[in-house]
Amino acid sequence: MQTTKQLNRRSFIKVSALAGGGIVIGLYTDPDFLAQERGAPAPVPATPINPNTYIKVHADNTFTIVAKNPETGQGIRNSLPMVVADEFDVDWKQVKIEQADRDDKYGRDMGAPNVSQREGGSTATPQNYQPMRNVGATGRAMMVAAAAKRWNVPAAELATGSGIVTHTPTKRTATYASLAETALSMPVPDLASVKLKGPKDFKIMGRDIRGVDNFAIVTGKPSFSIDVNPPGMLHAVYEKCPVFGGKVVSANLDEIKKLPGVRHAFVIDARPPQPAPVQGPPAGPNVTWASGVAIVADNWWLANNARKSLKIVWDEGPVASQSTAGYLAQAKQLAGTQASQTPLGGGPRSAKEGDAEATFKTAAKIVEADYYFPLLSHAPLEPMNSTAHYKDGKLEIWSPSQTPEKFNAAIPAGIQNEDVTFHLVRAGGGFGRRLYNEYDIEVSKIARLVSDERAKAGLATVPVKLLWTREDDLHHDDYRPSGNHYLKAGLDASGKLIAFRDYVASHGTTSVIPANEFPRGHVANFWVSEGNISPYGIPVGALRAPPTNGVSFVLQSFIDEIAYAAGKDPLQYRLDLLNNPTAPPPTFTDASFGAPFNYKRAIVVLEAVRDMSDWNNRRANLPKGTGLGVAFQFAHSGYVAYVAEVTVTQEKKLKVTKVWSAIDIGRQIVNPLHATNLVQGGFIEAMSHMMAWEITIDKGRVVQNNFNQYQPTRMKNAPPSIEVKFLQTNFSPTGLGEPSLPPAIPAISNAIYAATGIRIRSLPLGSQGYTWV
Amino acid sequence: MVIRSPTSKFLVGFLFASPLDRRSILFTGDWCMPYKLTVNGQSKTVDVPPDMPLLWVLRDVLNLKGTKFGCGIGQCGACTVHIGGQARRACQTQISAVNAPITTIEGLSADGSHPLQKAWLELDVPQCGYCQAGQLMSAAALLTRTPKPTDTDIDQAMTGNVCRCGTYLRIREAIHLAANGGRKA
Repeated sequence: MQTTKQLNRRSFIKVSALAGGGIVIGLYTDPDFLAQERGAPAPVPATPINPNTYIKVHADNTFTIVAKNPETGQGIRNSLPMVVADEFDVDWKQVKIEQADRDDKYGRDMGAPNVSQREGGSTATPQNYQPMRNVGATGRAMMVAAAAKRWNVPAAELATGSGIVTHTPTKRTATYASLAETALSMPVPDLASVKLKGPKDFKIMGRDIRGVDNFAIVTGKPSFSIDVNPPGMLHAVYEKCPVFGGKVVSANLDEIKKLPGVRHAFVIDARPPQPAPVQGPPAGPNVTWASGVAIVADNWWLANNARKSLKIVWDEGPVASQSTAGYLAQAKQLAGTQASQTPLGGGPRSAKEGDAEATFKTAAKIVEADYYFPLLSHAPLEPMNSTAHYKDGKLEIWSPSQTPEKFNAAIPAGIQNEDVTFHLVRAGGGFGRRLYNEYDIEVSKIARLVSDERAKAGLATVPVKLLWTREDDLHHDDYRPSGNHYLKAGLDASGKLIAFRDYVASHGTTSVIPANEFPRGHVANFWVSEGNISPYGIPVGALRAPPTNGVSFVLQSFIDEIAYAAGKDPLQYRLDLLNNPTAPPPTFTDASFGAPFNYKRAIVVLEAVRDMSDWNNRRANLPKGTGLGVAFQFAHSGYVAYVAEVTVTQEKKLKVTKVWSAIDIGRQIVNPLHATNLVQGGFIEAMSHMMAWEITIDKGRVVQNNFNQYQPTRMKNAPPSIEVKFLQTNFSPTGLGEPSLPPAIPAISNAIYAATGIRIRSLPLGSQGYTWV
Repeated sequence: MVIRSPTSKFLVGFLFASPLDRRSILFTGDWCMPYKLTVNGQSKTVDVPPDMPLLWVLRDVLNLKGTKFGCGIGQCGACTVHIGGQARRACQTQISAVNAPITTIEGLSADGSHPLQKAWLELDVPQCGYCQAGQLMSAAALLTRTPKPTDTDIDQAMTGNVCRCGTYLRIREAIHLAANGGRKA
């Protein structure tokens, strides 16, 4: 039995009976509508109404709540179910969490306006907070209505809590489980009539709730994608050309197949980007893969060992002539010829307000500096992997993807999306790396080839796990793009910033152009322009907090330089700039996601971190070799300000001794315990970017092989404390995965300047003689 | 208990069988050797190549998935286990070099009741959680030899264990909490 209620044009609440007693409450979002709303070009096949299930009410009055998004460490497997459970008004200890599979009924893809199953851009909270509240609150309203009917009393006399409805005047009680059948027979209430809780009534949100998988993690239970182990599974490696775009010409497969434990070996040809049709919408998702050799063996170590015997003739292709040194030389040359020229083109990647070049000529003081940050690899600790089983024209996949999509399995396996069952498995870190799904694509291709080969030999199909090495991961990433910034600022006689220019020698289309970043809107003459390094054959992509993960270092360091050039306190100088927006203020948004920059929120976090760190007193009383640095950033709708205290010795030995952060991501922190962890982790990741992380290219290939050449921050480098304060202003809740990272880097580099007078204009510090103490 | 690696059955087989059929042919290859191990108090025999790292014997032969692969070169500590009570990197330990009982995260306690596991849960240490088995094993070895470690002791003992998510502050606090009998200092 089912009842359905249309909430609005695109959402339904649906309630149905659960086998073995109890009911299921789902929010169904019409994918056709979502697709149309985004102007999706391809026709979307009609999907039957089949509610996804968010809440299961069990006969023993416990509840299963579905976690729909992929978990990579950001804590979403806790936080979205917490929102549902709180509005449903049950106790967290009554709740069991169930991970959803990838399914369009949860929202079709990355652009879904309300709901989607992706981890990226700090979007899960802003996109899902309200829908998840609606699901929980509707469920609660149904339980109340069922009790009102049973006791024939007004709903207003009923209260809920711990999965029980209480008739307050008579103290009668009924469990949700006992009301489930009645609820099922009743109409689903209008969402307009469903009352959401006020924040003071929250019993789960805003409380410290521990990770639902923690016990499995600390006891070593299989929890991660790499632990997936279906019966009969074989293990695969995939050797690709170290030069980007290189292709296999030939390989000694016959010799490889004779090696211990090796069952299959194939050459896989590249699938290049599919050409767009001359007219009409694209035929489908543009799934590509790189040419390589797959080796499939009984265990992974044997498969990987067999790679040592591989003899591959590669066609390395044109990228083999490219190098970091060449890119840098070209950047310098571009800056020399273009930086002060009228920008080419325009559009969202450049910005021009007023006339910066003319104003420089009248400025009392000019500050000029060149900044650089390198390519970075994401390096989540769990190497890339995925497991797939192709059988009878269907494929089952277990994936750690941040952007799980059935077409990434269907296209390489040569089947349709509806023939893919897609399981979301906890990932050992994402940081944007798992937005790119080569491992899903490669394993699906390999699984199909393995099953076909076995079918020909009359053998049963088997699942295959593809696991990359750390070297594979560092050599084949979509790297955080590097940035070459050529900055110039003009100050008037009072030290006020009157003109600002950033010329960026960039590459590709990935966002490294700070056209929409502070100080835009707070200086009358503002000019950002770019020139392209070309050819550029390195794949680049999103790393935690694009584009500000690098740009924040540049702009918040350069603002610091300007403040010192003006003879001003760098924190107060920022506040003065923020407090004086240009008239009329330009409207622009965070380059990636979310609401427009609100300078008042930036002021609030800066003032808060000033007070937390006792900035003025502390700064006035620092010993020699110790410095305080400040930075703030607007990123992914969040506002974060840091003050970092560092000590630096004559030998460039660096220690971060204390950190304060003030953060505004809106009125509600769903899970403060994990939120604090994420902020501290963001700062510590920034320390990796700062000191040691740099991917360099030589002859078209990555130089760094493993962590010994790409050192992450370690325990002994971590600051003794990182104080975190959430301001909880009256704005809608937004995400936290990303905003905590970017300003940590300039906070440290500005502190180094305060301690030593040496301005850091290039990353990483390790290549400039610095080490952590 | 004898666990035979599937890899042990087919070395001679490839001479006269297609690679796909090897599993059905019962020959033990001369590249495999039986190794007697004690893992989490249980005795096991594995028949594997002598240079196979303990990490992959644990994960793919004994099906103990708690010990993790992160770098394969002893840089990240995700594969930390105890051999004879000492913290060791399983990815750098060939099976033929194992000469003492092994404890993995699955054997740190029977039921998650080791003081460090309790402290990890209490302080909600994990973010992604991937490194935490290795962190716990390194921390447990530290507490065995230094029951009341200082911050410096912790930094030194734990610095071979990478946490890419950056949970170091909580790890440090959790080690102190466990060393202090579960009471906050």
